Amino acid sequence: MLKGKQSWVFPNRPVIVSSAAVGGPFEARGRLANDFDILHDDLWMGQDSYEKAHKLLLEEAIETAIQKGNATKEDVNFMLAGDLVNQITPSSFAARTLGIPYFGLFGACSTSMEGLALASFLINNQGAKTVVTAASSHNAAIEKQFRYPTEYGSQKPPTAQWTVTGAGAALLTDTDEKAGKLVTTSATIGKVVDLGISDPFNMGAAMAPAAADTIIAHFQDLQLDPAYYDLIITGDLAKIGSPIALELLQKEGLQIDSEKFKDCGLMVYQEDQKVQAGGSGAGCSAAVLYGHLFNEMRNGKYQRILLVATGALLSPLSFQQKESIPCIAHAVSIEVHP
Amino acid sequence: MAKQKSPEQKRYEKIEQKHEAKRPVVKNCIKAFFVGGSICLVGQAVSYFYMYYFHFTEQTAGNPTVATMIFFAMLLTGFGVYDKIGQFAGAGSAVPITGFGNSVISAAIEHRTEGFVLGVGGNMFKLAGSVILFGVFSAFVVALIKTLLLIWGVI
Repeated sequence: MLKGKQSWVFPNRPVIVSSAAVGGPFEARGRLANDFDILHDDLWMGQDSYEKAHKLLLEEAIETAIQKGNATKEDVNFMLAGDLVNQITPSSFAARTLGIPYFGLFGACSTSMEGLALASFLINNQGAKTVVTAASSHNAAIEKQFRYPTEYGSQKPPTAQWTVTGAGAALLTDTDEKAGKLVTTSATIGKVVDLGISDPFNMGAAMAPAAADTIIAHFQDLQLDPAYYDLIITGDLAKIGSPIALELLQKEGLQIDSEKFKDCGLMVYQEDQKVQAGGSGAGCSAAVLYGHLFNEMRNGKYQRILLVATGALLSPLSFQQKESIPCIAHAVSIEVHP
Repeated sequence: MAKQKSPEQKRYEKIEQKHEAKRPVVKNCIKAFFVGGSICLVGQAVSYFYMYYFHFTEQTAGNPTVATMIFFAMLLTGFGVYDKIGQFAGAGSAVPITGFGNSVISAAIEHRTEGFVLGVGGNMFKLAGSVILFGVFSAFVVALIKTLLLIWGVI
């Protein structure tokens, strides 16, 4: 149901029955290692290309989520997934393996919340009974596409971010047994914002205004106060982008406690892991939300959270042609049903 | 050419600059100096090795030395060490011949999964191609200037 200019509320409260997160070797050494369902100790994951490994991550995340939800592939009406590789092949190839009717999404690193918003909308409006949504990224496959060869010895600036090897998937249904379950309650779809940052090694700063824009729109549309949420989490703004976004929000008069304003890119790795500004990638917000944050909510630590996944909509070609980086952010609120 | 920035973009630039972490230029230069210098020191040792143990002169020892240094770079790249040196040393490991070797070898490894012809062959010089092009061209320009100066009797 539309509320305000660009937000949906879900009065039927789609239930997130289960979720799963899969990660790579670098994530296994990270801060959230315990929240992953499967961790691979090798970037190749037994495949003969990084792109195939990327596909495997996604397949495993979706299969695990379906399994944990005591469902079968045949029960799932639709799959909504996306990634960062050209023509989103890992997602489409995973959809080939799984045989679930499929929507391929591209919202760069905001894909996770684009998928969750659409999945919730489908279920809320009786467009589906069961939907699986997922997003993934693989460090080596994405670096290969957007940057230099993985073994090339270039010096990354302190504003650069590390692409997460990971996938996250969530299974949503329209069940009536909602008590104590995680439900999605609203979503805000962002517009493309470009404030002129053109350095692909400074994505956090490029994406921060998009995150702020969507968060402001969310509170305006829903007539809510930021204190409503226990936590507002951005996707992958990291060390540079996160404080910028907070400053932009405070300038607009939103009173957000910096303790309650977190970022998935800053949560996923340890201090001593050399990732410059933090983590990024479509799998970053997906794995952190569907793994760690959902576990925390199930354990009762948080009741209501707003996840704002941010995406930089550039291509290797567009930045070589000196174009600035257009960015987008989508927000979904998740609550524990009383 | 970069587009003209709008007032809104200019305002944002100011906020962004305040938060952006700057590259530690002086520290990077010092690290580059020592690591680059050490690589050259090894190169010098290899060069002397060829001069003392084989029949090479100072002029002819260059070629086998370069080949040996690239061989070292290949091993370090293959074992996944060179990119870590690169993050630490920056220009120090990029400028010497080993950096050139690393750019060719890393691209070759990266695209092995696309086959030998279109993958390795087609992408090997992806990064090094412009080094070869502009290296050869600038050598041509310098040689041209020297030749002209010699004809005019300046040097």
